[in-house]
Amino acid sequence: MVFLGGQVLPGNVGRAILGPFADQGAVDTLNHTLGVDRPLLTQYWSWISNFVQGDMGTSYIYRSPVAPLVVDALGNSVKLAFVAFVLVIPIGILGGAVAALNLNRPLDRIITLGGLSMTVLPEFVTGIILILIFGVWLRWLPISAAWPHDAGFFRQLYHLILPSMPLFLVLFGYVGRMARSGMIEALDSDYTRTAVLKGLPWRTVIWRHVLRNALLPTITVIATQTGYLIGGLVVIETLFRYQGVGSLIFTAARGKDFPILVSGTLVVGIVYAVATLAADFLYSMLNPRISLGNEQ
Amino acid sequence: MTNSAKAENALELTDLSVAYRVAGRNRAVLRNLSLTIGQGEAYGLVGESGCGKSTVALTVVRYLPRNGSITGGAISLDGQNVMKLDAEALRRARAESVSMVYQDPGKALNPSIRVGRQLTEIFELGGVSGRAATDRAIAMLNRVRISDPVSVMQRYPHQLSGGMQQRVAIAMALANDPSMLILDEPTTGLDATVEAEVLDLIAQLRQELSASILFISHNLAVVSNMCDRVGVLYAGMLVEEGPTEVVFNDPRHPYTVALLRCLPRGGQRKDQGRLDTIPGFLPGIGADIKGCAFADRCALADDRCRSELPPLYDLGGRLSRCFHHDKAQALPRATPSDVAPVPKPAAAPVLRVARLNKTYASHGHALRAVKDVSLDLLPGETLGLVGESGSGKTTFARLLLGLVPPDDGGTIELEGKALAPRLENRSDDQIKAMQIVFQNPDSALNRSHSIRHLIGRALKRLAGLSGKALESRLNDLVRSVRLTDRHLAVKPRQLSGGLKQRVAIARAFAGDPRIVVCDEPTSALDVSVQAAILNLLADLQSKEDVSYIFISHDLAVVRYLSDKIAVLYLGRIMELGPSEDVFSGPHHPYTEALLSAVPKLDQTETARIRLDGEIPSATNPPSGCVFHTRCPRKIGAICEQQEPLLAEARPGHAIRCHIPYAQLAKLQSSTPPLEAMG
Amino acid sequence: MSVFQTNFTMQTDTRRRGPVVEVLHQLLCSGTFLTGVVIVLFWVACALLGQHFVPYNALTEDIINALAPPSSEHWFGTDQIGRDVFSRVIVGSRDILTVAPLATLLATLTGTALGLFTGYFRGLVDDVVSRILEAFMAIPGPIVSLLAIVALGTSRIMVIVVIGLSFAPVIARTVRSAVLAERELDYVAAAQLRHESTVHMMFVEIFPNVIPPILVESTVRLGYAIFAVATLSFLGFGIQPPSPDWGLSIASNYGMISGGFWWTVLFDALAIASLVIGVNLVADSVQAALND
Repeated sequence: MVFLGGQVLPGNVGRAILGPFADQGAVDTLNHTLGVDRPLLTQYWSWISNFVQGDMGTSYIYRSPVAPLVVDALGNSVKLAFVAFVLVIPIGILGGAVAALNLNRPLDRIITLGGLSMTVLPEFVTGIILILIFGVWLRWLPISAAWPHDAGFFRQLYHLILPSMPLFLVLFGYVGRMARSGMIEALDSDYTRTAVLKGLPWRTVIWRHVLRNALLPTITVIATQTGYLIGGLVVIETLFRYQGVGSLIFTAARGKDFPILVSGTLVVGIVYAVATLAADFLYSMLNPRISLGNEQ
Repeated sequence: MTNSAKAENALELTDLSVAYRVAGRNRAVLRNLSLTIGQGEAYGLVGESGCGKSTVALTVVRYLPRNGSITGGAISLDGQNVMKLDAEALRRARAESVSMVYQDPGKALNPSIRVGRQLTEIFELGGVSGRAATDRAIAMLNRVRISDPVSVMQRYPHQLSGGMQQRVAIAMALANDPSMLILDEPTTGLDATVEAEVLDLIAQLRQELSASILFISHNLAVVSNMCDRVGVLYAGMLVEEGPTEVVFNDPRHPYTVALLRCLPRGGQRKDQGRLDTIPGFLPGIGADIKGCAFADRCALADDRCRSELPPLYDLGGRLSRCFHHDKAQALPRATPSDVAPVPKPAAAPVLRVARLNKTYASHGHALRAVKDVSLDLLPGETLGLVGESGSGKTTFARLLLGLVPPDDGGTIELEGKALAPRLENRSDDQIKAMQIVFQNPDSALNRSHSIRHLIGRALKRLAGLSGKALESRLNDLVRSVRLTDRHLAVKPRQLSGGLKQRVAIARAFAGDPRIVVCDEPTSALDVSVQAAILNLLADLQSKEDVSYIFISHDLAVVRYLSDKIAVLYLGRIMELGPSEDVFSGPHHPYTEALLSAVPKLDQTETARIRLDGEIPSATNPPSGCVFHTRCPRKIGAICEQQEPLLAEARPGHAIRCHIPYAQLAKLQSSTPPLEAMG
Repeated sequence: MSVFQTNFTMQTDTRRRGPVVEVLHQLLCSGTFLTGVVIVLFWVACALLGQHFVPYNALTEDIINALAPPSSEHWFGTDQIGRDVFSRVIVGSRDILTVAPLATLLATLTGTALGLFTGYFRGLVDDVVSRILEAFMAIPGPIVSLLAIVALGTSRIMVIVVIGLSFAPVIARTVRSAVLAERELDYVAAAQLRHESTVHMMFVEIFPNVIPPILVESTVRLGYAIFAVATLSFLGFGIQPPSPDWGLSIASNYGMISGGFWWTVLFDALAIASLVIGVNLVADSVQAALND
């Protein structure tokens, strides 16, 4: 299903974005004397074919080709997103699992309600609070994510900790909640009862019988959160003045820089589609009922 | 193998009390339950849903749900006090001495681990691993009569049929050579022929192994065939216990007496008298019970019964918790057995079905769910549809109702007029003439609507009533299904299963139907409730002269209500005839096998026929006679090559078989074939 | 546990309370729910009545007292043009509490209509609409909103429409899957056997049974609508100056954070946090009560 969604995605992105822009775009073209007066469809087609060849047009604001700008920004964003993901996958799953194993006890309530609350806090709110605490009052971490040019890996990581935290907090709730409900379902299942009654040690029951079935749905959630993450990047990168795809799109939106806006969005859509496909693939690899489903 | 010195009893429960915490209160589920199971003994525990049967099983292995707790008493498993065990000792006890098999094997096996791995991990616990563990696992699968263990080991549970899954679950349970085996409804939900196979297997394994068995079931007949002793549980208390044969033939507690009377037995039919029922309801979980728990529903109860808890009287090798155990069998009937004689004037058929077919497309294959079905139904007559799951019973009913359009070509005639294949094209008169009672009232009744709305809407749409007339008809209808006014204002979920089914029946009867399809209307209900519903259906039929198409997997129930039987297999009618002829035989080999698979309470049957293998897929049915792959009486190549006709053997009785009727009669009067064919 | 639950229902006569009463009872007994309600009601009260009680007008500038730290005169200090932060925080809930609920309402109405329609008719209609919705949902939500608002202009109505429509597919998906499940139930067949009209089927038979998931989904969405409105305002595409809106205030003051003027942003941030958490506590307990 998602695969099909992914298939039609580029076309739809184009339509969704180019459609509403038509009027504005025409006005803009005149202003910028960039001379795009061909019919919309032709415009769209030539743009698409150029895009596929790696030519994304020229930015109105930066007066330079869009492609390198987008590629650089994407690289930076991936670094930031990567830090958030690397943190959230193990911690989120662990949190969810610990909550499920302590179902309805205080620890579960704390993790669930805490995680849940973090999930709905806008990133700029958590961002501001974290900046105030760790950047302004305690002065442990740099406020700006922009690191010096010669910064090494750890230096970059040091700068990325604070910006990745709001993303981490939002994702933690999602991942933790999915992991928790998956765990609860698996723990309450008959097959877990079978495993326990076989006399397997609790550790084996959890690792061999519970976790695999419990975490299948979580994998899908993690992938769909890629989409959220990209939206979150717009805010985070703006707040922390970080040169990523999010802030690029944001600046382009403010300055009505359409080539960047469109290309950036499309790149983001492709990243999302790829992530979703990867999740589908992983899910079917781990789930014998799908990969071998039609044999019976 | 682990016990050098065995304790006297395999299991001893002493004054066991268990409670579930619901809405902040502890509610008693088991009340001072005491029972013992000797070494090598098979003990049956029976009772209706909600009496605490499964709680007993879960308590013994200390696997109560989170809100459950043991509030008193002791459990001794092979001399070991289970309640004093620490986590590690409990794990060892589960690994070494007790095993459990329960309902729904599809869920009991881990969906993402291969069958082989799920077995070998048990042997690894005992220090056997690698090649040796695999060999032991294969041996174990052989032991549960799985013919191709090496390939089964490689499969995932969802790739096995229900019967195979339960065999695997049994193999897993027996892998540690337990001294105590707990079977909690192990065959509930399986088809009759599969159930028979699994029960046979358990019986055979009992001969081979030394395990004591605690067998829990709602099905009295299953328990009577499997167990040496039986205990009857009611509201978490043991009310009667004794040797199986003695308890079932000579019950000494009014509850046991009443329960046995609820079952249609020995070929009982609706015109021979009503089934008895048990009035009232089981006390709710955690109810405060003074005196005898059954007193409210017992016609023998007196003041003493209501105020004082009767002790378990020892009646010499058997127990009864009743002050009046000596006259328990004199329990007056709750429902009079008299029935109004059913007039059967010869009349034109109300329904004629000719050459009805339904083909579904399934993964590019044609799936023939119903093939060439033709039959007639007279006014006031009941047609019983029997067959295993996948035989096309329900699809056939849906075709008749127009919920699913049939393939082109066939015809359905209602009172002489052809019915449109699709529901939308049928007239209002036609739709109100044919209604249905579904199996599951939770699904059939819209949970957002009150009972008054549910029945009233049907009266408005089907009978075209409104205002005062609707109101008075509503009251009549409600009374005729034995509901009361106070039931009208509530929503379905506030009613018990039996009451909900009455609402569904009232709704079906709103437009004075000619035909009511009953699709397993009692299979979700307890036997005492089932009896009341069957009585109600029989009463309504004699009063309204309505015809039923009655679908059920329970042959005794079908026999009780039906005048005519159609036996379906892979969408085809294999046998069609008057109920008594079909049941008494000679019958189609498939019917013979179905009948033979039914566990009987009175253990009269000695010879049994078992069907091997699975029901073939309807997308790729066997050539020739579709039953030849499992037929114990297959006569040769002709069965594989040529599909037999549904030929009339005697007036009104048709059988689809190559064996001539006289031959069938001879075969079936003598001993059955020794071994079912593969 | 489920075994036990069914038994409990099976064996009870008419002793159970009605479903609505039971849910209400459970909600009123839930600390989570009550906490959430108190928080939300506090901000609603501020939005409605706040302006009559605050010490200063939220928009009055006082350059001389600009950037004053919290004191007895200005409890939360003043911002860069001397406006009283406390008064602004109290009154600042007004716009977001208008825009977010209206956006949620729009999303719920559109989503429910789409979900009922696609789930009930299935077939081609469903396939086409679902594909479109799916493709729509594949684009990260915030980006969609951003692009749409850039293209269509920034106004309060626009923010409502854009957020409402971007949330609608999610609600439609929830409603659709609930409707699909209902369609399989036998009461639908029973209604067909009474020749009920399509309108009756959709609105009298099926709709009442999908209200609980709609209720849950829309309370959850309300939380996210607040999230989205605040974020858009922060980015400058949402509520416009001179509103004392929280997101907007943070946007115009966070540049001075490194200067130590923490009071200009902290209280607004905490206000958003408390409102969103309050809504979410309510959503969470409603979900728990209805899924029971």
